[in-house]
Amino acid sequence: MPSIGSAMDLTSIVFYVFAALLIFAALRVITARNPVHAVLYLVLAFFNAGGLWLTLQAEFLAIALVMVYVGAVMVLFLFVIMMLDIDIKRLRQGFWRNMPLAAILGIVMVAEMFLVLSTDYFSLVAFPDSKADAGYSNTKELGRLLFTDYVYPFELASIILLVAIIAAVVLTLRRRKDVKHLDPVQQIAVKHTDRLRVLQMPAEKEGE
Amino acid sequence: MEASVLHFFEWLWGPYWPALWSWFEPVWPLIWVIMKIVAILVPLLLGVAYMTYAERKILGFMHVRIGPNRVGPLGLLQPIADGLKLFFKEIVLPTKADPGLYFMAPALAMAPAVAVWAVVPFFDGGVLANLDAGVLFLLAVSSLGVYGIIVAGWASNSKYPFLGSIRSTAQMVSYEVSMGLALVCVLMVSNSLNLTDIVHSQGRGMFADWGVGALSWNWLSLWPMFLVYLISGVAETNRAPFDVVEGESEIVAGHMVEYSGMAFAMFFLAEYANMILVAAMVSIFFLGGWLSPVGFLPDGILWLLAKMSLVLFMFLWLRATFPRYRYDQIMRLGWKVFVPACLIWIPVVGVWMMSPLNIWK
Repeated sequence: MPSIGSAMDLTSIVFYVFAALLIFAALRVITARNPVHAVLYLVLAFFNAGGLWLTLQAEFLAIALVMVYVGAVMVLFLFVIMMLDIDIKRLRQGFWRNMPLAAILGIVMVAEMFLVLSTDYFSLVAFPDSKADAGYSNTKELGRLLFTDYVYPFELASIILLVAIIAAVVLTLRRRKDVKHLDPVQQIAVKHTDRLRVLQMPAEKEGE
Repeated sequence: MEASVLHFFEWLWGPYWPALWSWFEPVWPLIWVIMKIVAILVPLLLGVAYMTYAERKILGFMHVRIGPNRVGPLGLLQPIADGLKLFFKEIVLPTKADPGLYFMAPALAMAPAVAVWAVVPFFDGGVLANLDAGVLFLLAVSSLGVYGIIVAGWASNSKYPFLGSIRSTAQMVSYEVSMGLALVCVLMVSNSLNLTDIVHSQGRGMFADWGVGALSWNWLSLWPMFLVYLISGVAETNRAPFDVVEGESEIVAGHMVEYSGMAFAMFFLAEYANMILVAAMVSIFFLGGWLSPVGFLPDGILWLLAKMSLVLFMFLWLRATFPRYRYDQIMRLGWKVFVPACLIWIPVVGVWMMSPLNIWK
Protein backbone atom coordinates (compact mmCIF):
# COMPACT_ATOMS: atom_id res chain seq x y z
CA MET A 1 0.00 0.00 0.00
CA PRO A 2 1.29 3.48 -0.82
CA SER A 3 1.71 5.80 2.14
CA ILE A 4 -0.67 8.71 2.73
CA GLY A 5 1.86 11.25 1.49
CA SER A 6 2.39 9.60 -1.88
CA ALA A 7 -1.38 9.09 -2.27
CA MET A 8 -1.89 12.82 -1.83
CA ASP A 9 0.72 13.50 -4.47
CA LEU A 10 -0.96 11.08 -6.85
CA THR A 11 -4.31 12.85 -6.35
CA SER A 12 -2.75 16.22 -7.10
CA ILE A 13 -1.04 14.88 -10.21
CA VAL A 14 -4.34 13.43 -11.40
CA PHE A 15 -6.05 16.74 -10.62
CA TYR A 16 -3.55 18.76 -12.63
CA VAL A 17 -3.74 16.38 -15.58
CA PHE A 18 -7.53 16.54 -15.64
CA ALA A 19 -7.57 20.31 -15.12
CA ALA A 20 -5.02 20.96 -17.87
CA LEU A 21 -6.87 18.72 -20.31
CA LEU A 22 -10.17 20.36 -19.36
CA ILE A 23 -8.86 23.86 -20.05
CA PHE A 24 -7.22 22.74 -23.29
CA ALA A 25 -10.42 21.05 -24.46
CA ALA A 26 -12.57 24.02 -23.48
CA LEU A 27 -10.29 26.38 -25.41
CA ARG A 28 -10.39 24.13 -28.45
CA VAL A 29 -14.22 24.08 -28.31
CA ILE A 30 -14.27 27.79 -29.16
CA THR A 31 -11.22 27.84 -31.40
CA ALA A 32 -11.76 24.69 -33.50
CA ARG A 33 -12.72 25.60 -37.05
CA ASN A 34 -14.73 22.50 -37.72
CA PRO A 35 -17.96 22.33 -35.64
CA VAL A 36 -17.72 18.53 -35.40
CA HIS A 37 -14.26 18.85 -33.88
CA ALA A 38 -15.64 21.45 -31.47
CA VAL A 39 -18.36 19.05 -30.33
CA LEU A 40 -15.82 16.27 -29.81
CA TYR A 41 -13.63 18.63 -27.76
CA LEU A 42 -16.70 19.47 -25.68
CA VAL A 43 -17.10 15.74 -25.06
CA LEU A 44 -13.48 15.63 -23.90
CA ALA A 45 -14.16 18.61 -21.63
CA PHE A 46 -17.15 16.86 -20.04
CA PHE A 47 -15.07 13.76 -19.56
CA ASN A 48 -12.35 15.64 -17.72
CA ALA A 49 -14.90 17.50 -15.59
CA GLY A 50 -16.24 14.08 -14.61
CA GLY A 51 -12.69 13.06 -13.74
CA LEU A 52 -12.30 16.13 -11.52
CA TRP A 53 -15.50 15.22 -9.67
CA LEU A 54 -14.14 11.72 -9.17
CA THR A 55 -11.11 13.18 -7.38
CA LEU A 56 -13.61 14.93 -5.07
CA GLN A 57 -15.12 11.48 -4.35
CA ALA A 58 -18.39 12.50 -5.97
CA GLU A 59 -18.56 9.36 -8.09
CA PHE A 60 -22.31 9.52 -8.65
CA LEU A 61 -22.17 13.02 -10.13
CA ALA A 62 -19.14 12.12 -12.24
CA ILE A 63 -20.76 9.03 -13.73
CA ALA A 64 -24.09 10.81 -14.19
CA LEU A 65 -22.31 13.61 -16.07
CA VAL A 66 -20.69 11.14 -18.42
CA MET A 67 -23.88 9.12 -18.84
CA VAL A 68 -26.27 12.03 -19.45
CA TYR A 69 -24.12 14.57 -21.26
CA VAL A 70 -21.52 12.46 -23.04
CA GLY A 71 -23.66 9.38 -23.58
CA ALA A 72 -26.90 11.01 -24.68
CA VAL A 73 -26.95 14.80 -25.08
CA MET A 74 -23.69 15.18 -26.98
CA VAL A 75 -24.51 12.24 -29.25
CA LEU A 76 -27.65 14.06 -30.35
CA PHE A 77 -25.67 17.31 -30.71
CA LEU A 78 -23.18 15.54 -32.92
CA PHE A 79 -26.03 13.93 -34.81
CA VAL A 80 -27.46 17.35 -35.70
CA ILE A 81 -24.17 19.15 -36.33
CA MET A 82 -22.90 16.36 -38.57
CA MET A 83 -25.82 16.89 -40.89
CA LEU A 84 -25.59 20.68 -41.09
CA ASP A 85 -24.05 22.10 -44.20
CA ILE A 86 -21.89 24.72 -42.57
CA ASP A 87 -20.19 27.37 -44.64
CA ILE A 88 -17.44 28.65 -42.35
CA LYS A 89 -16.68 31.70 -44.51
CA ARG A 90 -20.24 32.94 -44.25
CA LEU A 91 -20.30 32.27 -40.51
CA ARG A 92 -17.23 34.42 -39.98
CA GLN A 93 -18.54 37.32 -42.07
CA GLY A 94 -19.93 39.48 -39.28
CA PHE A 95 -17.11 38.71 -36.87
CA TRP A 96 -15.65 42.20 -36.48
CA ARG A 97 -19.05 43.93 -36.55
CA ASN A 98 -20.39 41.78 -33.69
CA MET A 99 -17.10 41.80 -31.83
CA PRO A 100 -17.72 44.84 -29.52
CA LEU A 101 -21.11 43.60 -28.30
CA ALA A 102 -19.78 40.06 -27.79
CA ALA A 103 -16.76 41.40 -25.89
CA ILE A 104 -18.97 43.49 -23.58
CA LEU A 105 -21.24 40.49 -22.89
CA GLY A 106 -18.21 38.33 -22.23
CA ILE A 107 -16.72 40.81 -19.80
CA VAL A 108 -20.06 41.11 -17.96
CA MET A 109 -20.25 37.33 -17.64
CA VAL A 110 -16.70 37.05 -16.36
CA ALA A 111 -17.35 39.83 -13.84
CA GLU A 112 -20.53 38.12 -12.64
CA MET A 113 -18.79 34.79 -12.24
CA PHE A 114 -15.93 36.48 -10.41
CA LEU A 115 -18.35 38.17 -8.01
CA VAL A 116 -20.18 34.91 -7.30
CA LEU A 117 -17.13 32.68 -7.01
CA SER A 118 -15.15 35.06 -4.80
CA THR A 119 -17.82 35.07 -2.07
CA ASP A 120 -17.53 33.03 1.09
CA TYR A 121 -19.88 30.38 -0.31
CA PHE A 122 -17.16 29.14 -2.61
CA SER A 123 -14.15 29.84 -0.43
CA LEU A 124 -11.97 26.97 0.71
CA VAL A 125 -13.34 27.41 4.25
CA ALA A 126 -16.90 26.70 3.13
CA PHE A 127 -15.92 23.33 1.68
CA PRO A 128 -15.39 20.57 4.21
CA ASP A 129 -12.63 18.08 3.61
CA SER A 130 -13.87 15.70 0.96
CA LYS A 131 -12.40 12.63 2.63
CA ALA A 132 -15.16 10.12 3.34
CA ASP A 133 -15.13 6.97 5.45
CA ALA A 134 -14.71 3.62 3.78
CA GLY A 135 -18.13 2.16 3.02
CA TYR A 136 -19.70 5.58 2.57
CA SER A 137 -21.90 5.46 -0.49
CA ASN A 138 -22.24 8.74 -2.29
CA THR A 139 -25.09 7.39 -4.39
CA LYS A 140 -27.10 6.19 -1.40
CA GLU A 141 -26.59 9.49 0.47
CA LEU A 142 -27.67 11.50 -2.54
CA GLY A 143 -30.76 9.34 -3.01
CA ARG A 144 -31.68 9.70 0.64
CA LEU A 145 -31.40 13.50 0.48
CA LEU A 146 -33.35 13.76 -2.76
CA PHE A 147 -36.24 11.67 -1.51
CA THR A 148 -36.47 13.11 2.02
CA ASP A 149 -35.27 16.69 2.57
CA TYR A 150 -35.54 17.81 -1.04
CA VAL A 151 -38.48 15.71 -2.17
CA TYR A 152 -40.73 18.66 -3.14
CA PRO A 153 -38.13 20.53 -5.22
CA PHE A 154 -37.19 17.19 -6.78
CA GLU A 155 -40.77 16.33 -7.72
CA LEU A 156 -41.32 19.87 -8.97
CA ALA A 157 -38.27 19.66 -11.20
CA SER A 158 -39.40 16.32 -12.59
CA ILE A 159 -42.86 17.70 -13.39
CA ILE A 160 -41.30 20.67 -15.20
CA LEU A 161 -39.15 18.27 -17.21
CA LEU A 162 -42.18 16.13 -18.04
CA VAL A 163 -44.08 19.19 -19.24
CA ALA A 164 -41.09 20.18 -21.34
CA ILE A 165 -40.92 16.71 -22.91
CA ILE A 166 -44.61 16.72 -23.77
CA ALA A 167 -44.37 20.27 -25.11
CA ALA A 168 -41.45 19.32 -27.33
CA VAL A 169 -43.30 16.29 -28.66
CA VAL A 170 -46.51 18.26 -29.29
CA LEU A 171 -44.62 21.06 -31.04
CA THR A 172 -42.89 18.73 -33.45
CA LEU A 173 -45.71 16.27 -33.98
CA ARG A 174 -47.36 16.72 -37.33
CA ARG A 175 -49.04 14.19 -39.49
CA ARG A 176 -47.82 14.38 -43.02
CA LYS A 177 -50.56 13.59 -45.45
CA ASP A 178 -48.31 12.92 -48.43
CA VAL A 179 -46.55 9.95 -46.86
CA LYS A 180 -47.81 6.44 -47.40
CA HIS A 181 -48.18 5.32 -43.83
CA LEU A 182 -48.06 1.64 -42.94
CA ASP A 183 -49.62 0.58 -39.70
CA PRO A 184 -47.74 -2.48 -38.40
CA VAL A 185 -50.82 -3.69 -36.54
CA GLN A 186 -52.74 -3.86 -39.80
CA GLN A 187 -49.76 -5.43 -41.51
CA ILE A 188 -49.64 -8.24 -38.99
CA ALA A 189 -53.39 -8.76 -39.08
CA VAL A 190 -53.46 -9.27 -42.80
CA LYS A 191 -55.18 -12.44 -44.02
CA HIS A 192 -54.37 -14.38 -47.14
CA THR A 193 -58.02 -14.28 -48.18
CA ASP A 194 -57.83 -10.48 -48.50
CA ARG A 195 -54.85 -10.63 -50.82
CA LEU A 196 -55.05 -13.78 -52.85
CA ARG A 197 -57.90 -15.35 -54.73
CA VAL A 198 -57.38 -18.84 -56.07
CA LEU A 199 -59.31 -19.36 -59.27
CA GLN A 200 -60.38 -22.77 -60.39
CA MET A 201 -60.16 -23.05 -64.15
CA PRO A 202 -61.18 -26.09 -66.06
CA ALA A 203 -58.32 -27.56 -68.05
CA GLU A 204 -58.58 -26.98 -71.75
CA LYS A 205 -58.80 -30.06 -73.85
CA GLU A 206 -56.15 -30.73 -76.39
CA GLY A 207 -56.83 -30.94 -80.05
CA GLU A 208 -60.12 -29.00 -80.30
CA MET B 1 -5.15 -14.58 -4.15
CA GLU B 2 -2.60 -11.78 -4.01
CA ALA B 3 -0.68 -13.58 -1.28
CA SER B 4 -0.50 -16.84 -3.21
CA VAL B 5 0.74 -15.05 -6.33
CA LEU B 6 3.49 -13.42 -4.28
CA HIS B 7 4.29 -16.79 -2.77
CA PHE B 8 4.63 -18.26 -6.25
CA PHE B 9 7.09 -15.52 -7.26
CA GLU B 10 9.09 -16.13 -4.09
CA TRP B 11 9.33 -19.81 -4.99
CA LEU B 12 10.19 -18.97 -8.61
CA TRP B 13 13.06 -16.60 -7.85
CA GLY B 14 14.36 -18.38 -4.75
CA PRO B 15 17.38 -16.61 -3.19
CA TYR B 16 17.12 -13.59 -5.52
CA TRP B 17 13.62 -12.81 -4.28
CA PRO B 18 14.39 -10.46 -1.31
CA ALA B 19 16.58 -8.20 -3.48
CA LEU B 20 14.02 -8.19 -6.26
CA TRP B 21 11.14 -7.55 -3.89
CA SER B 22 12.83 -4.57 -2.22
CA TRP B 23 13.20 -3.09 -5.69
CA PHE B 24 9.63 -3.37 -6.90
CA GLU B 25 7.64 -3.38 -3.67
CA PRO B 26 6.57 0.30 -4.08
CA VAL B 27 5.03 -0.38 -7.48
CA TRP B 28 3.57 -3.76 -6.58
CA PRO B 29 -0.09 -2.49 -6.31
CA LEU B 30 0.20 -1.20 -9.87
CA ILE B 31 1.72 -4.46 -11.11
CA TRP B 32 -1.00 -6.43 -9.37
CA VAL B 33 -3.76 -4.37 -11.04
CA ILE B 34 -2.09 -4.76 -14.44
CA MET B 35 -1.87 -8.52 -13.88
CA LYS B 36 -5.59 -8.61 -13.14
CA ILE B 37 -6.35 -6.54 -16.24
CA VAL B 38 -4.32 -8.95 -18.38
CA ALA B 39 -6.10 -11.89 -16.75
CA ILE B 40 -9.43 -10.38 -17.87
CA LEU B 41 -8.43 -9.08 -21.30
CA VAL B 42 -6.57 -12.09 -22.69
CA PRO B 43 -9.49 -14.50 -22.21
CA LEU B 44 -11.83 -11.78 -23.49
CA LEU B 45 -9.91 -11.30 -26.73
CA LEU B 46 -9.54 -15.05 -27.19
CA GLY B 47 -13.27 -15.31 -26.56
CA VAL B 48 -13.88 -12.68 -29.23
CA ALA B 49 -11.69 -14.56 -31.72
CA TYR B 50 -13.40 -17.87 -31.07
CA MET B 51 -16.83 -16.21 -31.02
CA THR B 52 -16.35 -15.52 -34.72
CA TYR B 53 -15.46 -19.18 -35.22
CA ALA B 54 -18.46 -20.31 -33.17
CA GLU B 55 -20.71 -17.99 -35.14
CA ARG B 56 -19.60 -19.39 -38.49
CA LYS B 57 -19.77 -22.99 -37.30
CA ILE B 58 -23.20 -22.65 -35.65
CA LEU B 59 -24.66 -20.68 -38.55
CA GLY B 60 -23.24 -23.35 -40.83
CA PHE B 61 -24.88 -26.06 -38.78
CA MET B 62 -28.21 -24.24 -38.87
CA HIS B 63 -27.94 -23.76 -42.64
CA VAL B 64 -26.96 -27.42 -43.08
CA ARG B 65 -23.45 -26.64 -44.31
CA ILE B 66 -20.05 -27.33 -42.79
CA GLY B 67 -18.57 -23.92 -42.04
CA PRO B 68 -14.83 -23.21 -41.76
CA ASN B 69 -12.90 -26.51 -41.83
CA ARG B 70 -9.64 -25.81 -43.70
CA VAL B 71 -7.24 -24.16 -41.24
CA GLY B 72 -6.21 -26.54 -38.49
CA PRO B 73 -8.26 -29.47 -37.16
CA LEU B 74 -12.01 -28.71 -37.55
CA GLY B 75 -10.99 -25.25 -38.74
CA LEU B 76 -9.99 -24.32 -35.20
CA LEU B 77 -7.12 -22.07 -36.34
CA GLN B 78 -9.39 -20.06 -38.65
CA PRO B 79 -9.70 -17.01 -36.28
CA ILE B 80 -5.88 -16.85 -35.98
CA ALA B 81 -5.53 -16.94 -39.76
CA ASP B 82 -8.18 -14.22 -40.14
CA GLY B 83 -6.44 -12.08 -37.55
CA LEU B 84 -3.06 -12.45 -39.25
CA LYS B 85 -4.55 -11.60 -42.62
CA LEU B 86 -6.20 -8.44 -41.29
CA PHE B 87 -3.03 -7.49 -39.43
CA PHE B 88 -0.91 -7.49 -42.58
CA LYS B 89 -3.42 -5.75 -44.82
CA GLU B 90 -2.94 -2.17 -45.87
CA ILE B 91 -5.06 0.44 -44.10
CA VAL B 92 -6.61 2.63 -46.75
CA LEU B 93 -7.27 6.30 -46.05
CA PRO B 94 -9.97 7.85 -48.27
CA THR B 95 -8.82 11.05 -50.00
CA LYS B 96 -11.30 13.44 -48.43
CA ALA B 97 -11.43 11.77 -45.03
CA ASP B 98 -10.58 13.56 -41.80
CA PRO B 99 -7.36 11.65 -40.99
CA GLY B 100 -7.20 12.26 -37.23
CA LEU B 101 -10.76 11.27 -36.50
CA TYR B 102 -10.69 8.52 -39.11
CA PHE B 103 -7.94 6.69 -37.24
CA MET B 104 -9.33 7.54 -33.82
CA ALA B 105 -12.78 6.06 -34.50
CA PRO B 106 -11.78 2.35 -34.22
CA ALA B 107 -10.09 3.11 -30.90
CA LEU B 108 -13.17 5.00 -29.73
CA ALA B 109 -15.28 1.95 -30.51
CA MET B 110 -12.87 -0.52 -28.92
CA ALA B 111 -11.96 1.31 -25.70
CA PRO B 112 -15.41 1.40 -24.03
CA ALA B 113 -16.09 -2.20 -25.05
CA VAL B 114 -12.99 -3.22 -23.09
CA ALA B 115 -13.15 -0.68 -20.24
CA VAL B 116 -16.60 -1.83 -19.11
CA TRP B 117 -15.16 -5.18 -18.00
CA ALA B 118 -13.59 -3.42 -15.01
CA VAL B 119 -16.82 -3.71 -13.02
CA VAL B 120 -17.96 -7.17 -14.15
CA PRO B 121 -17.81 -9.67 -11.28
CA PHE B 122 -16.76 -13.15 -12.43
CA PHE B 123 -17.11 -14.88 -9.09
CA ASP B 124 -17.61 -13.82 -5.48
CA GLY B 125 -14.97 -11.09 -5.05
CA GLY B 126 -13.57 -11.73 -8.53
CA VAL B 127 -13.92 -8.19 -9.86
CA LEU B 128 -11.32 -5.61 -10.85
CA ALA B 129 -13.14 -2.58 -9.37
CA ASN B 130 -15.93 -3.30 -6.93
CA LEU B 131 -17.74 0.01 -7.47
CA ASP B 132 -20.83 0.93 -5.47
CA ALA B 133 -22.17 2.66 -8.56
CA GLY B 134 -21.18 -0.25 -10.82
CA VAL B 135 -24.41 -0.28 -12.82
CA LEU B 136 -24.09 3.45 -13.51
CA PHE B 137 -20.48 3.01 -14.61
CA LEU B 138 -21.61 0.24 -16.91
CA LEU B 139 -24.37 2.33 -18.48
CA ALA B 140 -22.11 5.38 -18.77
CA VAL B 141 -19.16 3.65 -20.38
CA SER B 142 -21.15 1.40 -22.68
CA SER B 143 -23.04 4.44 -23.96
CA LEU B 144 -19.72 5.83 -25.21
CA GLY B 145 -19.37 3.06 -27.78
CA VAL B 146 -21.65 4.97 -30.13
CA TYR B 147 -18.96 7.63 -30.63
CA GLY B 148 -16.75 5.13 -32.43
CA ILE B 149 -19.48 4.44 -34.97
CA ILE B 150 -20.65 8.02 -35.40
CA VAL B 151 -17.12 9.41 -35.75
CA ALA B 152 -16.23 6.64 -38.20
CA GLY B 153 -19.24 7.51 -40.31
CA TRP B 154 -18.52 11.20 -40.37
CA ALA B 155 -14.75 11.04 -40.75
CA SER B 156 -14.93 8.64 -43.72
CA ASN B 157 -16.63 11.44 -45.69
CA SER B 158 -18.57 8.94 -47.74
CA LYS B 159 -22.26 8.27 -48.20
CA TYR B 160 -22.84 4.75 -46.93
CA PRO B 161 -20.79 5.17 -43.73
CA PHE B 162 -22.65 8.39 -43.03
CA LEU B 163 -26.06 6.74 -43.46
CA GLY B 164 -24.91 3.84 -41.31
CA SER B 165 -23.72 6.09 -38.53
CA ILE B 166 -26.96 8.08 -38.53
CA ARG B 167 -28.95 4.88 -38.29
CA SER B 168 -26.79 3.56 -35.50
CA THR B 169 -26.94 6.76 -33.45
CA ALA B 170 -30.71 6.80 -33.43
CA GLN B 171 -30.94 3.08 -32.77
CA MET B 172 -28.39 2.88 -29.96
CA VAL B 173 -29.69 5.97 -28.16
CA SER B 174 -33.25 4.61 -28.37
CA TYR B 175 -32.48 1.18 -27.03
CA GLU B 176 -30.29 2.52 -24.25
CA VAL B 177 -33.46 4.08 -22.83
CA SER B 178 -35.34 0.81 -22.59
CA MET B 179 -32.24 -1.02 -21.32
CA GLY B 180 -31.81 1.54 -18.56
CA LEU B 181 -35.48 1.41 -17.61
CA ALA B 182 -35.42 -2.40 -17.50
CA LEU B 183 -32.43 -2.18 -15.18
CA VAL B 184 -34.36 0.17 -12.88
CA CYS B 185 -36.59 -2.78 -11.93
CA VAL B 186 -33.52 -4.91 -11.17
CA LEU B 187 -32.08 -2.13 -9.02
CA MET B 188 -35.38 -1.78 -7.14
CA VAL B 189 -35.60 -5.44 -6.20
CA SER B 190 -31.93 -5.85 -5.35
CA ASN B 191 -31.69 -2.49 -3.57
CA SER B 192 -28.17 -1.84 -4.82
CA LEU B 193 -26.15 -0.47 -7.72
CA ASN B 194 -23.28 -2.83 -6.98
CA LEU B 195 -23.10 -5.75 -9.40
CA THR B 196 -21.82 -8.18 -6.76
CA ASP B 197 -24.72 -7.26 -4.45
CA ILE B 198 -27.17 -7.70 -7.32
CA VAL B 199 -25.95 -11.26 -7.84
CA HIS B 200 -26.06 -11.98 -4.10
CA SER B 201 -29.62 -10.67 -3.85
CA GLN B 202 -30.70 -13.27 -6.42
CA GLY B 203 -29.38 -16.06 -4.20
CA ARG B 204 -32.01 -15.35 -1.55
CA GLY B 205 -35.68 -16.29 -1.65
CA MET B 206 -38.19 -19.06 -1.20
CA PHE B 207 -36.99 -21.19 -4.10
CA ALA B 208 -33.34 -20.77 -3.12
CA ASP B 209 -34.23 -22.13 0.33
CA TRP B 210 -35.86 -25.13 -1.33
CA GLY B 211 -32.66 -25.81 -3.25
CA VAL B 212 -33.80 -24.65 -6.70
CA GLY B 213 -32.02 -21.31 -6.82
CA ALA B 214 -32.62 -20.97 -10.55
CA LEU B 215 -36.23 -20.03 -9.84
CA SER B 216 -35.38 -17.19 -7.47
CA TRP B 217 -33.20 -15.41 -10.02
CA ASN B 218 -34.59 -12.25 -11.54
CA TRP B 219 -35.56 -13.79 -14.89
CA LEU B 220 -38.69 -15.32 -13.41
CA SER B 221 -39.83 -12.55 -11.08
CA LEU B 222 -39.05 -9.83 -13.63
CA TRP B 223 -39.91 -11.85 -16.74
CA PRO B 224 -41.12 -8.96 -18.97
CA MET B 225 -38.06 -6.89 -18.09
CA PHE B 226 -35.82 -9.88 -18.84
CA LEU B 227 -37.27 -10.03 -22.34
CA VAL B 228 -36.97 -6.26 -22.82
CA TYR B 229 -33.35 -6.28 -21.67
CA LEU B 230 -32.41 -9.26 -23.79
CA ILE B 231 -33.96 -7.88 -26.99
CA SER B 232 -32.63 -4.37 -26.34
CA GLY B 233 -29.22 -5.94 -25.82
CA VAL B 234 -29.38 -7.49 -29.28
CA ALA B 235 -30.45 -4.14 -30.75
CA GLU B 236 -27.78 -2.25 -28.80
CA THR B 237 -25.00 -4.39 -30.24
CA ASN B 238 -26.41 -3.93 -33.76
CA ARG B 239 -26.82 -7.65 -34.28
CA ALA B 240 -29.31 -9.35 -36.56
CA PRO B 241 -32.30 -8.92 -36.73
CA PHE B 242 -31.51 -5.29 -35.77
CA ASP B 243 -28.40 -4.96 -37.95
CA VAL B 244 -29.65 -2.15 -40.20
CA VAL B 245 -26.54 -0.24 -39.12
CA GLU B 246 -24.42 -2.56 -41.19
CA GLY B 247 -27.20 -3.85 -43.44
CA GLU B 248 -25.05 -5.63 -46.01
CA SER B 249 -27.79 -5.67 -48.61
CA GLU B 250 -28.75 -2.00 -48.17
CA ILE B 251 -25.72 0.09 -47.24
CA VAL B 252 -22.90 -2.44 -47.80
CA ALA B 253 -21.40 -2.43 -44.28
CA GLY B 254 -22.49 0.87 -42.83
CA HIS B 255 -19.85 2.81 -40.92
CA MET B 256 -17.12 0.27 -41.75
CA VAL B 257 -17.25 0.56 -45.56
CA GLU B 258 -14.08 2.65 -45.92
CA TYR B 259 -12.07 0.77 -43.30
CA SER B 260 -9.65 -2.04 -44.02
CA GLY B 261 -7.03 -4.12 -42.25
CA MET B 262 -6.57 -3.64 -38.53
CA ALA B 263 -8.83 -0.56 -38.40
CA PHE B 264 -11.69 -2.71 -39.66
CA ALA B 265 -10.70 -5.50 -37.30
CA MET B 266 -11.00 -3.12 -34.33
CA PHE B 267 -14.67 -2.46 -35.12
CA PHE B 268 -15.17 -6.17 -35.47
CA LEU B 269 -13.49 -6.85 -32.12
CA ALA B 270 -15.56 -4.13 -30.46
CA GLU B 271 -18.81 -5.58 -31.78
CA TYR B 272 -18.02 -9.07 -30.52
CA ALA B 273 -16.67 -7.79 -27.19
CA ASN B 274 -19.96 -5.93 -26.78
CA MET B 275 -21.90 -9.09 -27.56
CA ILE B 276 -19.99 -10.98 -24.90
CA LEU B 277 -20.57 -8.07 -22.52
CA VAL B 278 -24.32 -8.09 -23.09
CA ALA B 279 -24.29 -11.85 -22.47
CA ALA B 280 -22.42 -11.26 -19.21
CA MET B 281 -24.85 -8.52 -18.20
CA VAL B 282 -27.92 -10.64 -18.90
CA SER B 283 -26.32 -13.43 -16.85
CA ILE B 284 -25.51 -11.11 -13.95
CA PHE B 285 -28.72 -9.10 -13.83
CA PHE B 286 -31.25 -11.82 -14.59
CA LEU B 287 -29.65 -15.26 -14.53
CA GLY B 288 -27.92 -15.18 -11.15
CA GLY B 289 -24.33 -14.54 -12.28
CA TRP B 290 -21.97 -17.13 -10.83
CA LEU B 291 -24.69 -18.73 -8.64
CA SER B 292 -25.46 -22.40 -9.10
CA PRO B 293 -28.99 -23.19 -10.33
CA VAL B 294 -29.42 -26.01 -7.82
CA GLY B 295 -28.55 -26.15 -4.15
CA PHE B 296 -26.34 -29.28 -4.20
CA LEU B 297 -23.75 -27.93 -6.67
CA PRO B 298 -21.18 -25.27 -5.70
CA ASP B 299 -21.28 -21.73 -7.11
CA GLY B 300 -18.44 -20.66 -9.37
CA ILE B 301 -17.20 -18.91 -12.46
CA LEU B 302 -18.09 -21.93 -14.62
CA TRP B 303 -21.78 -21.20 -14.09
CA LEU B 304 -21.30 -17.63 -15.29
CA LEU B 305 -19.46 -18.86 -18.39
CA ALA B 306 -22.17 -21.43 -19.06
CA LYS B 307 -24.91 -18.80 -18.82
CA MET B 308 -22.97 -16.42 -21.06
CA SER B 309 -22.50 -19.17 -23.63
CA LEU B 310 -26.22 -19.84 -23.55
CA VAL B 311 -27.04 -16.18 -24.22
CA LEU B 312 -24.39 -15.96 -26.95
CA PHE B 313 -25.77 -19.07 -28.61
CA MET B 314 -29.15 -17.37 -28.58
CA PHE B 315 -27.62 -14.34 -30.32
CA LEU B 316 -26.42 -16.61 -33.14
CA TRP B 317 -29.67 -18.51 -33.22
CA LEU B 318 -31.57 -15.22 -33.66
CA ARG B 319 -29.30 -14.30 -36.53
CA ALA B 320 -29.92 -17.57 -38.30
CA THR B 321 -33.68 -17.40 -37.75
CA PHE B 322 -35.10 -13.92 -38.24
CA PRO B 323 -35.13 -11.61 -41.24
CA ARG B 324 -33.93 -8.05 -40.73
CA TYR B 325 -36.31 -5.54 -39.18
CA ARG B 326 -37.40 -2.54 -41.18
CA TYR B 327 -35.98 0.66 -39.70
CA ASP B 328 -39.28 2.29 -38.69
CA GLN B 329 -40.30 -0.98 -37.05
CA ILE B 330 -37.11 -0.96 -34.97
CA MET B 331 -37.91 2.54 -33.75
CA ARG B 332 -41.52 1.57 -33.08
CA LEU B 333 -40.48 -1.47 -31.06
CA GLY B 334 -38.07 0.58 -28.96
CA TRP B 335 -40.15 3.65 -28.25
CA LYS B 336 -43.75 2.47 -28.51
CA VAL B 337 -43.50 -1.04 -27.08
CA PHE B 338 -40.48 -1.38 -24.78
CA VAL B 339 -40.44 2.06 -23.16
CA PRO B 340 -44.15 2.00 -22.21
CA ALA B 341 -43.81 -1.61 -21.04
CA CYS B 342 -40.96 -0.59 -18.73
CA LEU B 343 -42.79 2.50 -17.52
CA ILE B 344 -45.78 0.33 -16.58
CA TRP B 345 -43.69 -2.43 -15.02
CA ILE B 346 -41.70 -0.10 -12.73
CA PRO B 347 -44.82 1.02 -10.72
CA VAL B 348 -46.07 -2.58 -10.75
CA VAL B 349 -42.86 -3.76 -9.11
CA GLY B 350 -42.98 -0.79 -6.74
CA VAL B 351 -46.51 -1.62 -5.58
CA TRP B 352 -45.57 -5.30 -5.36
CA MET B 353 -42.62 -4.47 -3.12
CA MET B 354 -44.78 -2.35 -0.83
CA SER B 355 -47.55 -4.97 -0.58
CA PRO B 356 -47.51 -7.90 1.87
CA LEU B 357 -46.76 -10.19 -1.11
CA ASN B 358 -43.23 -8.77 -1.42
CA ILE B 359 -40.87 -11.62 -2.30
CA TRP B 360 -37.60 -9.63 -2.24
CA LYS B 361 -37.20 -9.01 1.48
